Amino acid sequence: MTARLDARPLALVAGLAFVAWPLVGSSSTWLTLTLAGLAMGMIVFIAASGLTLVFGLMDVLNFGHSLFIALGAFVATSVFAALAGEAASTSVATSLGLVGVAMLAAMTLSGTIGLAFERVIVRPVYGHHLKQILVTIGGAIVGEELIKVVWGPAQIALPPPEALRGSLLIGEATVDKLRLVSVAVGLVVLALLLWTLNRTKIGLLIRAGVQDREMVESLGYRIRRLFVGVFAAGSALAGLGGCLWGMNQQIVTPQIGGQVNVLLFIVIIIGGLGSTLGCLVGALLVGLLTNYVGFLAPKATMFSSIGLMVAVLLWRPQGLYPVVNR
Amino acid sequence: MLNRLLSHDLPRSRWLALLLVAIVLVLALTPFVFPGTRALNVAAKVIVFIVLTASFDLLLGYTGIVSFAHTMFFGIGAYGIAIATTRLGPTWPALALGTACALVVSLALALVIGLFSLRVRAIFFAMITLAVASAFATLASQLSDFTGGEDGLSFKVPDALQPGTSYAADPVLGASIDGRLLTYYVIFVAAVVLVLLLLRIVNSPFGRVLQAIRENDFRAEAIGYRIVVFRTLASVISAVFATLAGVLLALWLRYNGPDTTLSFEIMLDVLLIVVIGGMGTIYGAIVGSTLLVLAQNYLQDLMKLAAGAVQDVPFLSQIVSPERWLLWLGVLFVLSVYYFPSGVVGRLRALHVRRPDHAKR
Repeated sequence: MTARLDARPLALVAGLAFVAWPLVGSSSTWLTLTLAGLAMGMIVFIAASGLTLVFGLMDVLNFGHSLFIALGAFVATSVFAALAGEAASTSVATSLGLVGVAMLAAMTLSGTIGLAFERVIVRPVYGHHLKQILVTIGGAIVGEELIKVVWGPAQIALPPPEALRGSLLIGEATVDKLRLVSVAVGLVVLALLLWTLNRTKIGLLIRAGVQDREMVESLGYRIRRLFVGVFAAGSALAGLGGCLWGMNQQIVTPQIGGQVNVLLFIVIIIGGLGSTLGCLVGALLVGLLTNYVGFLAPKATMFSSIGLMVAVLLWRPQGLYPVVNR
Repeated sequence: MLNRLLSHDLPRSRWLALLLVAIVLVLALTPFVFPGTRALNVAAKVIVFIVLTASFDLLLGYTGIVSFAHTMFFGIGAYGIAIATTRLGPTWPALALGTACALVVSLALALVIGLFSLRVRAIFFAMITLAVASAFATLASQLSDFTGGEDGLSFKVPDALQPGTSYAADPVLGASIDGRLLTYYVIFVAAVVLVLLLLRIVNSPFGRVLQAIRENDFRAEAIGYRIVVFRTLASVISAVFATLAGVLLALWLRYNGPDTTLSFEIMLDVLLIVVIGGMGTIYGAIVGSTLLVLAQNYLQDLMKLAAGAVQDVPFLSQIVSPERWLLWLGVLFVLSVYYFPSGVVGRLRALHVRRPDHAKR
């Protein structure tokens, strides 16, 4: 994200959309799919940004990230159930407010649990990759089971608020109203994240820490404390992503976290571990490709993202935007 | 003789040796000592899991890399048998062909995944195997014409192994001598051979290189071992053994479906067994599998009792209900990674080593 921006991965996103056009055939379908893909990409990016920063900063690969995604989605179901009156209201403002409350609640709870998770699960095994993977997986299992204890093991329907149901007609393309909300939220989060990372002192320290942790430490900054903050923020963002994902799927299952987490791993590998911009580009690529392939050959959807990852790794083994010094 | 059979890797602890002998003896004599279908089923599952987890230990314990695709290879083996017998009928050539095809598929997949993900950074391996395994599980349940989808495939094995085939008119020591018993011993002997082979592999010079890579990959590379090659080879070997474990399971169950072999729960069981048993000791897989499978089959009854006892307490009754079994496994798993990283085997061995120290003082 410096003066010399490597534009080729960005061109890849545009190229993918362009190539898909003739394959899909109808322009209106293509536009619908593209917008859906971008919306999905934004949600995946929101959820993945924390994961990639946590890895970049502290070399911690958090397999427990799925827990916060599931948590966000389940908190959303509780908020919607508690405010059933508002959910039935036809006023757009009330509905947006309800979504806002659900997102805030999801972020707060995920962030808080994230703090505890960092303290109890991750901290004792710093610097030990194997144990980190094992322990965070263990933490995720326990968390997922606790979710089942609190919310029950069955899937819960999460219908969008009355006023946000259905879709808008933009030209000839139909766009889900909820997808538009997701894109808008995604853009706001992206702007905030980029602003924090590029325009504030904390962001500067985070970026410096990703590049060279020891150097930042030797300048007297406590990277541990920074890391705890990033971990909590990342967990909160995962909660937000899970909340949006659940609303878009309209159904929440305890396995939701695991399903999304697989996508997140693919995305951060494509983007280059630790890179925020790479994470965004990877998320958009995966989102678009999943929607196009889902339309063209539904059975190949799951393998399309893996195929994309393989192709990207053949081109750039360290991911689209490799983080220097690693 | 015994020393050579165990590849000079003896249990190195009196208690561990006793435990292992006891486990092997009980497994060998289960049909006669504990008559009844349930005991035999549990014993067969223990045997299959010993092979499955011992092969995973080669990766996790000896090479120090985590794979989440181990159950995928397990499933490939089981599906190989299931598909071959449903298509070609329950004959020996069909079994052989199914096994061979499954081995080829596993080998190729493991090779490709290994070369791809281990080339850059070992940590990719964990993430990529997770992605591939979940995609594979989805695929297996979608291709219902081929794999039977969510319902899975029930099939027949060759007549010699069918439960209906009787070899002796009267039961011996309470066990009827039939195809079921023969299958059990086929699985038992195959498992013994496979585990001894794994012991041979980890105690060979190749195994030592794997351990060197686990301890310090940078140094191992500097000495002149191509770590990508060794890690990939380890993952291929472990995949082959997992496939064979899948073949054994399919032979025993005469059924295979996504939940029996491909589910993520089984992957967690495998992880748990290796960690609790003791990473980097093939013996850990034997002890761990026995403990976990026994616990799974008999402790859940106990949990049912406990849940019944605290039925009126709202939160507690949910936590101890048998459906929340995984919760306790998870807690146990995290605790054992923290406080018990060398597992049961490591603890038993440490007990043995400490004693001479005390004698000196």
